Amino acid sequence: MGYTPCPLLLMDNQQSPPHPDTRRQLQMARSMCWHCQSEVTGEYFCDRCVKVQPVSKETDYFTCLGFPRRLMLDPQKLEAKFYELSRTFHPDFYQTKSADEQTISLSNAAVLNTAYRTLRDSIQRAEYLLALETGSVKDIRTSPPADLFEEILDLQDTLEEYRASERDSEQGHRLRATLQTEQEALERRKEGMEAQLRQLFADWDKLQDAGEATSLARVERDRILKQMRDLLSNRTYVNNIVNDLAATIA
Amino acid sequence: MARIVGIDLGTTNSLVAYMKDGQPCVVPDRNGRTMVPSVVALTDNGLIVGDSAKEHLTRNPERTVYSVKRFMGKGLADVQDELVYFPYHITETGGVIRIRLGQKSYSPPQVSAMILKELKLRAEASLGESITKAVITVPAYFNDSQRQATKDAGLIAGLEVLRIINEPTAASLAYGLQQKTQGTIAVYDFGGGTFDISILKLKDGIFEVLATSGDTHLGGDDLDRVLVDLFIGDIRDRYGIDVDRYPDHMQTVRLEAERAKIRLSDELKTEITIELPEDKGRFTRELTRDQLEFLVAGIIERTLAPCRIALKDAGLTPKGIDEVVLVGGSTRMPLVRQQVEALFGKQPHCHLNPDEVVALGAAVQADILSGGTTDMLLLDVTPLSLGIETMGGVMSSLIRRNTTIPASAKEMFTTYVDGQTGVDIHILQGERELVKDNRSLAQFRLKVPPLPAGVPRIEVTFLIDANGILNVTATDMRTAKSQSIEVKPSYGLSDTEVERMIEDSFKFAAEDVTARKLIEARLDAEALIKTTDKSLVDAGHLITEEDADGIRTSLSQLSIAKNGTDPRVIRAHMAELEQTAKHLNVLMLDHSLKKSLHGKKVSEVS
Ligand SMILES: Nc1ncnc2c1ncn2[C@@H]1O[C@H](COP(=O)(O)OP(=O)(O)O)[C@@H](O)[C@H]1O
Ligand SMILES: [Mg+2]
Repeated sequence: MGYTPCPLLLMDNQQSPPHPDTRRQLQMARSMCWHCQSEVTGEYFCDRCVKVQPVSKETDYFTCLGFPRRLMLDPQKLEAKFYELSRTFHPDFYQTKSADEQTISLSNAAVLNTAYRTLRDSIQRAEYLLALETGSVKDIRTSPPADLFEEILDLQDTLEEYRASERDSEQGHRLRATLQTEQEALERRKEGMEAQLRQLFADWDKLQDAGEATSLARVERDRILKQMRDLLSNRTYVNNIVNDLAATIA
Repeated sequence: MARIVGIDLGTTNSLVAYMKDGQPCVVPDRNGRTMVPSVVALTDNGLIVGDSAKEHLTRNPERTVYSVKRFMGKGLADVQDELVYFPYHITETGGVIRIRLGQKSYSPPQVSAMILKELKLRAEASLGESITKAVITVPAYFNDSQRQATKDAGLIAGLEVLRIINEPTAASLAYGLQQKTQGTIAVYDFGGGTFDISILKLKDGIFEVLATSGDTHLGGDDLDRVLVDLFIGDIRDRYGIDVDRYPDHMQTVRLEAERAKIRLSDELKTEITIELPEDKGRFTRELTRDQLEFLVAGIIERTLAPCRIALKDAGLTPKGIDEVVLVGGSTRMPLVRQQVEALFGKQPHCHLNPDEVVALGAAVQADILSGGTTDMLLLDVTPLSLGIETMGGVMSSLIRRNTTIPASAKEMFTTYVDGQTGVDIHILQGERELVKDNRSLAQFRLKVPPLPAGVPRIEVTFLIDANGILNVTATDMRTAKSQSIEVKPSYGLSDTEVERMIEDSFKFAAEDVTARKLIEARLDAEALIKTTDKSLVDAGHLITEEDADGIRTSLSQLSIAKNGTDPRVIRAHMAELEQTAKHLNVLMLDHSLKKSLHGKKVSEVS
């Protein structure tokens, strides 16, 4: 008898909570060379036997790429680091090594690629940081944000009308024009949100750079994270609608 | 490390290359020809490959296989529409196409293996050493089944396939080595059977693929068919003969069509002559380049949509492309060059030999793997999204197309019925919403301990390796124990079938050490797994749970390694299992000794 799989939504593909036992093992693996058991002080290789070390599953993507938890990252520097680490971990350079080292290189390279993909994009980067800081899953908005409610409902109606209409008719052309204007308006709205987000990113970085542990700083931190969460989920919502619109009138 | 060669296993032509003094070079035959036509013929003297087999295309069409690459990793239903164009007999068994040659049937990987063996022999003769390792190229847009089929072909040919690399990216390596440029390039690869477009960023020796797209069923063959249909229609009108009823004449028509097409790349007008069946004389006609271009414009235009998708996925406009590199025989057509130039707004780069550049790049990649070239690194992507079937027949995407490989995704599974002991997982590849519109890759059943619904937590890792091939592993998060998975490919040969084909191939060809070692290692590994399983059942109660767990882990690791292609890896895992199970085996020995002593007289023992 077959069952349809029932995937659980997790905070992140890579960040599923490890079993307590695995966690211990992995931390051990980081401080102790899996091969010669000597202490690992070097970054990616054992000082003694020069074997590549597995990137611990505990390592977040910022640490993995050697960046602080900031939201305004220099894409050039990020890329340079990614290339450097690719040269360190890519399986191409482990073909003549042992099977264990090949396995480690493969999984390290996969983690590195995910880390770079996530941090390269400023939106994904912020979503990831939010998940790291608040430990919760990215929330997916299913209803329109309050200030857009009326507008989206109207849009929904126009869309329905357009889908039902004859494309080449006068009505079709008129509806299409309306939708196009609406799309442009929403795109501007999205850009506005992105500008606000960039401001929040800067605020976050400033707060982190100051590094104060005052209660005021804590309040500020919570404010930034909360606003960022709302903006990100609204932006995703609007973005999906824009894509939908573009696909319908294309 | 033994020499690794680079092989371009093409639809029409195949080549082998290697690295000599820091420069890649193609191995020619005695007559100086570098291309081996990808044709296999069964003659009275047995199977022959290449130029000599090509001569049998018209003489012996039912027993001469060409363009076999179109059938790699496919089922019969996938190619139904084009069967009429092939004079050889094509059937299907177990989801895999089979080609009939005389009394025997061969899978596409077996036929490809014959071509690979020819290349292997050629390289061995030229280099004076035995060749057992290779990098083989595939179209970038090949899916998992097609890649796996190519790997199987290598295995059957007695080659350890160290890497499957994409043809356009291979070409970019050869281009980069020669040009030493930095910037963004587009590689437009239009060959005999497939079309690929890849967009890469070249910087400080890193070749980063930004996006790739293509069509694995679009090439020069399709252009030829337009002319074939034209000629057949003409002949029917003029002579009342249906040429498609005569396989040998059909083959002549096809070859004449291709020759005319090729001539029209240099000339504006050409004359076609075809001998007719039943002594009806000769068919002749004239064809101009304009006429040809009018007929094939639609097909060539089909290459432009993937180009636009790739540009969009790379986040670029044509202006962002610094250079367009042309690869593949069909890019010699003036109309193709015009279309490419119009789309990208710049004249394409044609200083590379489009026939050889892919093989040369494969040789460069081989040199990287053997540690020779260290300043270049290729970061490729997966061409198609990978996902699983979820409720309602919808595909849920886990790894998006154009993700840099190696790429992995983890997914947690649980049950929704109390005591459920398995979850069926269906792996798919493609860009569509619905399962039925995507390519089914494989299916497997995840074993789950019987617990209340929702309690089990099984984490499945989907890893696309540097070959673009999927590997699946599962871990029970509650016990942190990994589980071996028997993935059943939807299209493709099973491991046992590949093994049988390897054995078969030994019957025909000279021995091959590596492949044989692999078979032996696999057989030995299987035997060891069996005895250890039995020991666990018989004497498992004599050891601690911890030791038993250790043995089980080693066991499952060995079962995974056994499916790999490196006998040394299998041997290493066997040694590891023997080590972890040492104590158990000692106890087992005692146990069975005691058991056999039981009921025997002391005198019989001593
Ligand atoms: N001068 C030419 N003009 C047009 N087509 C050509 C020319 N030369 C070769 N071709 C076509 O190129 C195709 C073979 O290209 P190739 O790159 O060798 O293919 P593959 O890589 O698929 O084996 C054939 O369809 C052949 O007809
Ligand atoms: Mg080719």
